[in-house]
Amino acid sequence: MTLNGWLQILVFCGIVLVLVKPLGAYMTRVFSGERTFLSPLLVPIERGLYAVAGTSEREEQHWTSYAFALLLFNLFGMLLLYALLRFQDILPLNPAGMAAVGPELSFNTAASFVANTNWQNYGGESTLSYLSQMAGLTVQNFLSAATGMAIAVALIRAFSRASGKAIGNFWVDMTRATLYVLLPACIVLTLVYVWLGVPQTLSASIEATTLEGARQTIAVGPVASQLAIKMLGTNGGGFFNANSAHPFENPDAISNLIQMVSIFAIGAAFTNVFGRMVGNQRQGWAVLAAMGFLFVAGVAVTYWAEAAGNPLMHAFGLEGGNMEGKEVRFGISASALFAIVTTAASCGAVNAMHGSFTALGGLIPLINMQLGEVIIGGVGAGFYGIVLFIIVAVFVAGLMVGRTPEYLGKKIEAKEMKMAILAILCLPLAMLIFTAVATVLPSAVASIGTAGPHGFSEILYAYTSAAANNGSAFGGLTGNTPWYNVTLGLAMLMGRFLVIIPALAIAGSLVAKKTVPASAGTFPTDGPLFVGLLVGTILIVGGLTFMPALALGPVVEHLVMIAGQTF
Amino acid sequence: MSQLKSASILDSRILIPAVGAAFTKLNPRTLARNPVMFVVATVSVLTTVLFIRDLVAGSGNLGFSLQINIWLWFTVLFANFAEAVAEGRGKAQADSLRKTRTETQAKLLAGTDRSQYKMVPGTSLKVNDVVLVEAGEIIPSDGEVIEGVASVNEAAITGESAPVIRESGGDRSAVTGGTQVLSDWIRVRITAAAGSTFLDRMISLVEGAERQKTPNEIALNILLAGMTLIFVLATATIPSFAAYAGGSIPIIVLVALFVTLIPTTIGALLSAIGIAGMDRLVRFNVLAMSGRAVEAAGDVDTLLLDKTGTITLGNRQATEFRPARGVTAQDLADAAQLASLADETPEGRSVVVLAKEKYGIRARDMQSLQASFVPFTAQTRMSGVDLDGSSIRKGAVDAILAYVSGDPMPAAGNVAVAQKAETEEIRELRGIAEDIAKAGGTPLAVARDDKLLGVIQLKDIVKGGIRERFAELRRMGIRTVMITGDNPMTAAAIAAEAGVDDFLAQATPENKLQLIREEQAKGKLVAMCGDGTNDAPALAQADVGVAMNTGTVAAREAGNMVDLDSDPTKLIEIVEIGKQLLMTRGALTTFSIANDIAKYFAIIPAMFLAFYPQLGVLNIMGLATPESAILSAIIFNALIIIALIPLSLKGVKYRAVGAGALLSRNLLVYGLGGIIVPFIGIKAIDVVITTLGLA
Repeated sequence: MTLNGWLQILVFCGIVLVLVKPLGAYMTRVFSGERTFLSPLLVPIERGLYAVAGTSEREEQHWTSYAFALLLFNLFGMLLLYALLRFQDILPLNPAGMAAVGPELSFNTAASFVANTNWQNYGGESTLSYLSQMAGLTVQNFLSAATGMAIAVALIRAFSRASGKAIGNFWVDMTRATLYVLLPACIVLTLVYVWLGVPQTLSASIEATTLEGARQTIAVGPVASQLAIKMLGTNGGGFFNANSAHPFENPDAISNLIQMVSIFAIGAAFTNVFGRMVGNQRQGWAVLAAMGFLFVAGVAVTYWAEAAGNPLMHAFGLEGGNMEGKEVRFGISASALFAIVTTAASCGAVNAMHGSFTALGGLIPLINMQLGEVIIGGVGAGFYGIVLFIIVAVFVAGLMVGRTPEYLGKKIEAKEMKMAILAILCLPLAMLIFTAVATVLPSAVASIGTAGPHGFSEILYAYTSAAANNGSAFGGLTGNTPWYNVTLGLAMLMGRFLVIIPALAIAGSLVAKKTVPASAGTFPTDGPLFVGLLVGTILIVGGLTFMPALALGPVVEHLVMIAGQTF
Repeated sequence: MSQLKSASILDSRILIPAVGAAFTKLNPRTLARNPVMFVVATVSVLTTVLFIRDLVAGSGNLGFSLQINIWLWFTVLFANFAEAVAEGRGKAQADSLRKTRTETQAKLLAGTDRSQYKMVPGTSLKVNDVVLVEAGEIIPSDGEVIEGVASVNEAAITGESAPVIRESGGDRSAVTGGTQVLSDWIRVRITAAAGSTFLDRMISLVEGAERQKTPNEIALNILLAGMTLIFVLATATIPSFAAYAGGSIPIIVLVALFVTLIPTTIGALLSAIGIAGMDRLVRFNVLAMSGRAVEAAGDVDTLLLDKTGTITLGNRQATEFRPARGVTAQDLADAAQLASLADETPEGRSVVVLAKEKYGIRARDMQSLQASFVPFTAQTRMSGVDLDGSSIRKGAVDAILAYVSGDPMPAAGNVAVAQKAETEEIRELRGIAEDIAKAGGTPLAVARDDKLLGVIQLKDIVKGGIRERFAELRRMGIRTVMITGDNPMTAAAIAAEAGVDDFLAQATPENKLQLIREEQAKGKLVAMCGDGTNDAPALAQADVGVAMNTGTVAAREAGNMVDLDSDPTKLIEIVEIGKQLLMTRGALTTFSIANDIAKYFAIIPAMFLAFYPQLGVLNIMGLATPESAILSAIIFNALIIIALIPLSLKGVKYRAVGAGALLSRNLLVYGLGGIIVPFIGIKAIDVVITTLGLA
């Protein structure tokens, strides 16, 4: 570890923290329907859209209608994307003449982009037409991100409203998230990326002659525009197969920093939106502090593990940290940081190959995802994810102070607990059950790239990433097989919608409750005690589930490595 | 305060039957009420079947799996035992109650004539039957006195042997079946049918027969069931992970891991905690009609307390004589004492005492003075004596002013007096009276014939230590509101002296109810106690309504708790018991979950050692062998249930230190303690069983 490396990490954290308040303030105004500096331009468009859709910002929905609208919208989006992929060969904007995508891969890809996962069982530049990339993937990148934001806002309303029935209007929340937050930011970011050298063109690939006289096809395309939303919407699906390790998708340290910051920006700001809407910004900071603690701890472990390197390599006289699978232009610190950022948030973009990390360095990204992507997390998704843990934490803590547990004056009772447990349960269900089947299924085991515990980690990582809606790959595993296409697709849909529905049910139940005024008997949820409690709950409830699996994967791999055994 | 006799935890009369009950509770239907223990019992059956199969086949490590099997069953039995002990304590009380429920004969009255009755068995009585109960007889069922006055021995239900007065009309008209009339006779209208009397309800409550899960317990059960499911996933997937690594895990080991991971500690003790909570209330002589009410008590935000009897001593006392101009204090004291000599009210007696203590005027005898007493009536609103041709009167200031001005209708005469030219004298007297009222006292004017002598200051005496209690409640986050019929000025002064947060002056049943509704609209939970029929609506509206046992039937029906001692200050203890109940559940849940860390460190290296020997590094406790490690973990898991039974019955101590401090303390003790204790415990058990050669 170097001072320079830590400074890079510090600068990153500093920028994210500075952005929390202004972005939080802006988003609060947007979702409350207040005026912002973009209103003169966007309000007419917004009104027009509502008129076309036959809804109005004054029309609010009960949680069931909200959830129904959301599911219908996502189902339609998934079918549309599936059709686009299946018929891309006969659709326009296909200069490279890409063939139609097969049914399993199309299902996997459609599920992946609708669920904000962006797991890619294909190489973008060699499989998809520009139309599929732009009208299919990029559109879903926006919509899946906006869906997550809408749910988070609905849940926040449940806490901030004294008592009512409605949690907002899904169509309005979706429209505002896209129109006021994602689109303007992406336009600016796209221009910045273009300026930094990321291609943005509709022309076919470039044929180049190398110095040796060999001919080389260099893939280009509308990269910058997809890159902007890929990061900001914590989608992570790269234009290129190599994702943000590709020089055209992440040219230099500055673009790398911008990408990392945009992964965290909205997710972190949501804690502030929460604080503002419930009328006490400290509540938001407390949640962010718990996230921040887990994040910094993760970065420290991975950076340390990667900088320490592999003792087996040292034995051969290869001193220094582990550079395998890392881009030289980013180095160990920025690669370790990127890996933690992308797995803490449910982004899944990568600028290094996680499978090439040391065992402990790769353990942290795995844990980040297994905890349910609650460390900042996906846009909106991270927030409603951590609320589930808050409910469990506050329940146990509330009992320990001798009161019916409550959070922000809303009583946590059987219904909330049931829904929170359902949502928390579905992640280990998808992650562990699919892994358990795949590890004994010979055809599935045949896909792994490395023998021994690392091969196990590859499978575990794949399902963990899918169910957590992360989308990053460990590498090594050949995922484009019917088995993985279908099961990973299912894991993604489970990890997304089996969490969303309980989260909305919690919102529906909480919004109807009276707000109990705080007293000396209510324990404060905006102080260090709450932060510690929340961190403990996340680690114990989230972590204990995966102890055996982790012991047989990265942990044993690390111990075996120290012992000098290879496979 | 007398309390029902309660057995100590280590009473063999409870422990021995509890051992038997632990086995009878193995009935699947009983077990199914507790999801966590039901799961443990199910997997124990599975491993027992597997053990028998291995025994027949003569394969496997029989000694090891026999021991695991035994400890798995012990886990279930210990949980049953904990519940049985908790129930046993209630049963002991129920038995002593049942003894009082002897078969009685009742004198059923046909009409109003007391001599026209028919002897019927007490159990045949129906609601609205009217019975006669005479001295020496047992009251056959719950009812309301509709005629007569009697002294009643209620020791059967309150444990208090001093008899109480029960009379028709007013707030002391309720009688309880099973209590004994000591003197006189009463006509009682029966209000409860056989089998649903107060005593019956009390018996079933203390026995826990009607115990239903409270809302909070249901939510906790969901959490525990969820945790159990999570660990099903965590352990059920291990065999295929192991198969990938080329190893296999015996089912008995997987079951051992599973049972140690799921929250068995809290699962086993949960119902014992609930029963013990009710039991603690019973020992405070408070009967909660449902567990829900006990839980609600812990959540109370606002406490409505009657001033008289709760905040102040029941009676006002004379504290000062304030003479009018030209009158000496000595004269005033003398007149006041004379006027009070025959006044047997506590207020009157306090005047006599004050005059004697402060001015050395000895009490005189009415007869030797040849004085005649003029008693207090609601019309005159004053009392006094006539002697030596002059009359001394004391009473409400307005009444006395009207008296000296010769107005025959003092009650309606306020305006008239004010309209007359007020003399300097009267203005001054009013000034004194106002000063007294402002300070929370009650002015009592004294006059001889037509001359105003001055004012006696009567003051409510705030109970000693009550201020500290309110400060404690404030630290708990509970707001106290004093309810009083006094005028706002007096109420404010007493409220300030007692240290309550707010007060409701000139309270009527309507504005009491209104106050409760307002508080509830703000999302607060309200507790109150009351005894009169006019309290019934407010008692019913309050989230926790404690009816006094001395109160009316209506009040007792409306409240969700009955205080057998009729001591309103007990609301404070009730709140503490409610909090204790929730805290105990929370603390043991935290402890139970925190234990899992150590159990993983014991079992994971042991489980995978055969194919990944490197994982031995995780055996940080240095447990002797894989078998001893697994065995130690499962033994610890079972024994901790037994070890925590006393805590779950006693409850975690509540301290009024504010929620933050309370939480950090409990997190430290039960969270951090829950992480550390099993490391030590498992290691110790490992040492023992290795020494004994068990594994």
